[in-house]
Amino acid sequence: MQLEKANPVNTACWSCGSPLTAARLVCEACGKIQPPSVAASYFEVFGLAGKLHVDLPALERTFYKLSRKLHPDIYARSSSEEQQWSLANTSLLNDAYRTLKSPLPRTEYLLKLEGVQLEDPSHADKQARTPPDLLEEVFELNMQLEEMRMNRNVGEEDLTLRHDLENAKIQFDSQLAAADTELESLFARWDQAVDASDDAQKTNVKEKLTALLDRRRYLRNLVRDVDEALSN
Amino acid sequence: MAEERIVGIDLGTTNSLVAFMQGNMPVVIPGEDGLNLVPSVVAVPARSDAHRADPVVGNGARKYLATTPDRVIYSAKRLMGRGVEDVRDELALFPFHLADDIEPGEVLRIRLGDSEYTPPEISAFVLRQLKRNAERYFGAPVTKAVVTVPAYFNDAQRQATKDAGRMAGLDVLRLVNEPTAAALAYGLDRQKDGIIAVYDLGGGTFDVSILKLNEGIFEVIATNGDTHLGGDDIDNLLIAVALNDILGEEALDLRISPEAVQAIRKSVIDAKIALSSQDDVSINIEMTGALKYQRTLSREQFEQLIAPVLARTTAPCKQAIADAGITAAQIDEVVLVGGSTRIPAVQRLVNDLFELNARGKKPHTDINPDEVVALGAAVQAHILGGGSSVTEDMLLLDITPLSLGIEALGGVVAKIIQRNSTIPASATEHFTTGVDGQTNVAIHVVQGERELAKDCRSLARFDLKNIPPMSAGLPRIEVKFLIDANGILHVSAREQRSGKEAAVEVKPTYGLTDEQVESMILESFDFAEQDIYQRQLIESRTEVDTILAAVQKAPANPAWHQLTSEEHAEIARLAAELRALKDGEDLTAIRKGTEALDKATRRFAELMMDDAVTTAIGGHTMQSAGDKLAAGNNLGDAPNAPHPFAPAEIK
Repeated sequence: MQLEKANPVNTACWSCGSPLTAARLVCEACGKIQPPSVAASYFEVFGLAGKLHVDLPALERTFYKLSRKLHPDIYARSSSEEQQWSLANTSLLNDAYRTLKSPLPRTEYLLKLEGVQLEDPSHADKQARTPPDLLEEVFELNMQLEEMRMNRNVGEEDLTLRHDLENAKIQFDSQLAAADTELESLFARWDQAVDASDDAQKTNVKEKLTALLDRRRYLRNLVRDVDEALSN
Repeated sequence: MAEERIVGIDLGTTNSLVAFMQGNMPVVIPGEDGLNLVPSVVAVPARSDAHRADPVVGNGARKYLATTPDRVIYSAKRLMGRGVEDVRDELALFPFHLADDIEPGEVLRIRLGDSEYTPPEISAFVLRQLKRNAERYFGAPVTKAVVTVPAYFNDAQRQATKDAGRMAGLDVLRLVNEPTAAALAYGLDRQKDGIIAVYDLGGGTFDVSILKLNEGIFEVIATNGDTHLGGDDIDNLLIAVALNDILGEEALDLRISPEAVQAIRKSVIDAKIALSSQDDVSINIEMTGALKYQRTLSREQFEQLIAPVLARTTAPCKQAIADAGITAAQIDEVVLVGGSTRIPAVQRLVNDLFELNARGKKPHTDINPDEVVALGAAVQAHILGGGSSVTEDMLLLDITPLSLGIEALGGVVAKIIQRNSTIPASATEHFTTGVDGQTNVAIHVVQGERELAKDCRSLARFDLKNIPPMSAGLPRIEVKFLIDANGILHVSAREQRSGKEAAVEVKPTYGLTDEQVESMILESFDFAEQDIYQRQLIESRTEVDTILAAVQKAPANPAWHQLTSEEHAEIARLAAELRALKDGEDLTAIRKGTEALDKATRRFAELMMDDAVTTAIGGHTMQSAGDKLAAGNNLGDAPNAPHPFAPAEIK
């Protein structure tokens, strides 16, 4: 089954001929669904500039409004062509909403649009580079996790070790919170740079965001490992 | 009425229903027996001729459970989209027999009498019955339907349901998740914004869904469940208790007797239902061979017994609440769906799980929990048909219950669409080749939450073909995965360097190919009725030829002259009429004409017979009289109805 064709950009509605706006998913004039054209960015779908602070209630309102125009339920009696377009455009809308409503996927998506190669989260779990300032703590943590595993294998429980791990978790949790705070401030700096069209500043923030996301992902995996060890 | 009606169908494990929107209200369409529920039971009665007997569905099929349980199947929904390795344990307590030669990964086939049927074919029989009920009710053809599925159904189970619809001659416009459909039925009366949870414990499946209602938009935010948890499991526990009792008291192992197990099943289900309204119940089972089984069961004992089954609904509820990113206390309303939610212990569990008592709330049960899903399906059918003022602002945004992933190196799953994503949803992945000149790439797609592909559900293996030969790693194949509004996966691929569309060949696991579905339609459905009619027409014409030939020869027989001239005239008139009818298509008229002529010639046949016996051994005459009699006997049978209820086979 062929899901979508990479059509050239359509500038006018196929049905009424009115000019199409931004993401070209639906005609504002006659309400007809439009064939998927060269993929609009997720930000364009929502009529947003590529900024990192997003007004979530407004995003939800736009999502509902667009869903009412694009959803396959509305085209159940239309031509099979229009049904295909509705399917393609609604999946684009849903993918965009899912990505933009959460800060991390939103940031990752923006960086990808900006041409940054992020570590693939599905493969990077174990082999990720350890941030230099965490080397010592991670080394100690891995020793403790290993000891915990060995104890469990012989059916022993070392309360001191458990206590140490709990402390380590508290520490990593707070580092994770610090990373989130830093992310917030980078969001603000990115948005300012976009408003000011300050390319140098954008490049600077982009690098910082990339490093921060890698660090955050690394910390999250550590916390997950500790949680796993403690819950057993 | 210009536009064809679209019906809503709840294809349940235990019971199925068909409903439609009558004005502003969804209503259930009763069957010929006047009942709303059609038991999802299919019997294939024995037939003497070589043709496949027509299956019997619903209450009519139930009676075969007691007499020929090897020709009956129920709860077939539990087998939809499953493999032989999944169902082996579970089949121990059901009287079904699988075909012996099913390979792992192959679609199941169940033996019913002398034939084998796949689960979609069995579901198609049920759908077909519902379609007929609706057609009878409207007096018009019904070809379009919305069919509900458990929210936690995976891709294979959904595809199997859609296939069943196609085999039954129904265009399934949409598969709707059962809890979501229930929410629609409730939402119709009270359009109130807020967060609702639907707890759906049916005959064989458990679902929990959490929805956000906002000005007519029903946005599902999380769902969870267990496609093998329901009233059936409670019944099986009770059956096991009875079988154990009998084994202990009578030293009799009844597990080997499907008839006895069915008798026990019926009684314990009655007991289970009674215990929802009374404190204890006595179970009395009379089985063949003067064996009686008797015991009392208190509600307390019952609740202790089923506690482990009910407890299995807890984890999915907690997971759904967590996935929704809320706490139980933020849920405004809880809706109960499915017959099993009538059990007081289930209601108590729901009260605790969602902290309802503490907040002075009660779960909603005001719409019949057996009917609410079908009613919701009718609402969605109405919306798809264009809707009306009552559904004007209603829009359903559903989600996929399971994460979609691809098997990567080392058997690890790379997730590409996370569970609880709003559908339609898509993901694009890039693949390349590992060997110079390679023209095929295989992709294994799985569904589930586990880390390793072998622990997830295998959906299909996609073979990307016709990749232009290039050096290894050079082709850039873009594969688009799209989950449509039914929760069913579609895959398309393109080699980006050459811009060539790559052919995608799908090998569904546990599924039927398009061609197989197509052949099953031809074999057993759309044309079945017509086939039978044509066959009967041909048979009737042969009978007409026989009787007309006999009438033609009659004046040569001495017995002919013993008839009166009125009788001669009547026979001639009826024979002329029948000759005219013979080449027409009206089976009933041909049968009536044949019967009339047979009746008119009966005295002649008797006279001829008498003559043959008294005038002795003329083998020649004897034979023609015999032929004549045989023809007469055939005509004496009741005409075959298009869907005869054949007598049970007694062994």
